[in-house]
Amino acid sequence: MKRAVALLACTVLLLCGCAAQAPVTPPPKIETGADPEAWARVPAGEFLMGPHNHKTLIDYDYEIMVTLATNAQYARYLNAALAAGKVKITDGKAVGYYPGERFHGYRHEKKIEAGDWLHVPLTDKELRLAFDGKAFTAKAGYENHPMTLVTWFGAKAYCEFYGWRLPTEAEWEKAARGADGRPFPWGNEIARNNANFYSSHDPLEKILGALGDTTPVGFYNGKTYDGYQTLDSPSPYGVYDMAGNVWQWTGDIYEGVHYRYLRGGSKADYGYDLRAWTHNSARPDYYSPNVGFRCVRQVSSKGGR
Amino acid sequence: MPAITNRFNYLFRSTKGLVLVAIAMISLVTAIWGTLSGPMVEWGVKDITVRLLGMRLVEAEREGRIIMLYHTIAMAVVAIEVYIITALVPMKGNERTRINGTITVGYITAMVFGLWFAYFGHDFVFHGLFLFGQSLVFFAGVMLAAALWPWKKEYRVQDPAYARGPGGIDLERAAFFTTAVATLGSTLFGAVPGSYFGNGFESFLAENVVREPHKSALQLAVIGHLHIMLTLIAVALALIVGRWLDFKGTLHQMAMPLLIAGTIVVTIGVWTVVPFEEIAHYIIYVGSVLVLLATLFLVIHGFRKLIHERLAEQGIQKASFWPGLSALLHDPLKFGALWQMVYMNFVVTFVGIFMAIRLDKVIRMWTAREERIVLTGHWHILSGIIATIILLYYADLIGLKGKARQWFGWLVILGSDLAFGAVTVFETKRLYVSESAQQPVVNWTMALADLGLAVVLVVLAVLMVWRLVDLFKPDGRWTKELAEAGPVAPVEEASP
Repeated sequence: MKRAVALLACTVLLLCGCAAQAPVTPPPKIETGADPEAWARVPAGEFLMGPHNHKTLIDYDYEIMVTLATNAQYARYLNAALAAGKVKITDGKAVGYYPGERFHGYRHEKKIEAGDWLHVPLTDKELRLAFDGKAFTAKAGYENHPMTLVTWFGAKAYCEFYGWRLPTEAEWEKAARGADGRPFPWGNEIARNNANFYSSHDPLEKILGALGDTTPVGFYNGKTYDGYQTLDSPSPYGVYDMAGNVWQWTGDIYEGVHYRYLRGGSKADYGYDLRAWTHNSARPDYYSPNVGFRCVRQVSSKGGR
Repeated sequence: MPAITNRFNYLFRSTKGLVLVAIAMISLVTAIWGTLSGPMVEWGVKDITVRLLGMRLVEAEREGRIIMLYHTIAMAVVAIEVYIITALVPMKGNERTRINGTITVGYITAMVFGLWFAYFGHDFVFHGLFLFGQSLVFFAGVMLAAALWPWKKEYRVQDPAYARGPGGIDLERAAFFTTAVATLGSTLFGAVPGSYFGNGFESFLAENVVREPHKSALQLAVIGHLHIMLTLIAVALALIVGRWLDFKGTLHQMAMPLLIAGTIVVTIGVWTVVPFEEIAHYIIYVGSVLVLLATLFLVIHGFRKLIHERLAEQGIQKASFWPGLSALLHDPLKFGALWQMVYMNFVVTFVGIFMAIRLDKVIRMWTAREERIVLTGHWHILSGIIATIILLYYADLIGLKGKARQWFGWLVILGSDLAFGAVTVFETKRLYVSESAQQPVVNWTMALADLGLAVVLVVLAVLMVWRLVDLFKPDGRWTKELAEAGPVAPVEEASP
């Protein structure tokens, strides 16, 4: 019995020793060929929404960013927003004004009052932006990775700074799965090289362990990276990264709820959380290395912006 | 032919055989369906299972599939408890036969056709059979409640050591009866709204709707249903363990009224969730405290009994701490059943209380996915603890002795507690580690949880293989167990 206990203890210790270490060096710069400035058009019409495929109408055309907003884009935005006085730096945080919301007093509802709200925590070591006291830059190797550690306020402010907005849940889902009811942007089933999800065995997981790291935007485009073959995984409208990598903030504000909703699943989630209808929620000032965003913009029915 | 008849009689007409069949069915389902989630997905085992068995897994139907899987396993667990109750609690032989026969056909029908419908293509005849099977289980429950009717004169208690009500009513029997009736009502509490609102087609998992600000009656009923069913299964098991350990004396007299009152209050509290959600939780807290107190009395009684009996065997009149502890730990099966109830408080009850009182301040500061991890971990652990107590009971029931008893008991206790402890650390990790720094914690806890579960599953597999091999022996252990069953004595086999 004593020998068995000793054996058990040794096995446990060995298994515990397998824990992966946190990243210490920046990732290699990976060029995916994706253009983070590109937009994809989603035509007006019905689509099937939710797990039970309820017919839902969006009666206007809109455009959505083909990829997630990147660190380089967000650094550029912060510099412009700082200069314009839309964002300020206080106590190691980038904050911005938000006019607040009506409080309904529902159970568990929290007040969102007018004032300065957190956009980005600048002291978090996981932030992929550098700030020298005057200007922001993206950290080396992370320029084309999705912007993370950004709150809903920070994501909304980014989109609105350029005259765009965060997608509604319906707009997001339609852009992700088209009108044919598929669960994933590319089709009905998920393979490991379709997207960056928990234990999907992408190149960064080999370095960092099962939880991995973000992959550059547009990574899963059919290219081979250092021997790792990806599948081309756009949505029916040509939108990339609509499943996995990072959760994406959506813009809906529901009555009696202070939570904001996230779509798409992330590198830290199992494949089933990447289904297009799956939603997650968090406080609007929540930030995480697994949360990013993209924007939408209106287009006229004749096709011009 | 007698060989088949005897084995059939053993497996389907004796308590030990019926429990064995149900455990074997659950083990088989766990072995196969366990490959569809968790690390098995990461290791690619899921793909092999799906391909090999020809499963048809439609992504949109995942939630519905899981609900059917949970129900099929739950039916078998309920059947095991019913078999043990009909064996432990006095009732007429024909009542026992009717109840056991009905529930056996019911859970097997529900399990086979439910899983077939959910995982191998949708033949709605099979869905109908799944519902029919569950209906039979419900009907068996109605018959069980009738058989347990505590006011029957022949079942009055004379011995003052046991809790008695007015006129000598057996309060332990009344507790079994209360649990049976509460379970039947709580079954309807889930089944009626489920059928009326969803008609089975728009399925959802409770953990995915907890943050909805305006929950429908269906959503509230489903959340309530799963909580109360698991609670009542646990209450029934506590009663079974009490009878197993001959729970009696002052503690018994205090525990039984508390258990009856607690079961009634907690059940009403859960049913109240639909119309009066605001106050329901307070009623549930009151009921839960009563039930937990009763269980505490059972554990105190059990620990004392184990110590006294072992010391008496050793001829020790008065023992200091260490010999006392050694006596307590001497029988891992009986100690384990009680210890798992204690351990449950650390990995289920206290976590649940923490969640309830710090919901807005802590849990709801996280994402919904993080909250879901706590919720699913919470009730997976409770289900797992229930399963381990049943396994420990079964091992004693079949008379596991000597080293086999020690190895089986301790490996189940240590393996499961290691796994449940690791899962508790995992599910609450956001309390002490940030998302960006969590990977080592995730790796450690998952490795320990997998190791612990693997130990329990291997031990279970060994037990099942041993019993399977035994069944092929003409004079195997099963023949003795069949002979002990009484009315279904073995038929003489022809000599070769």
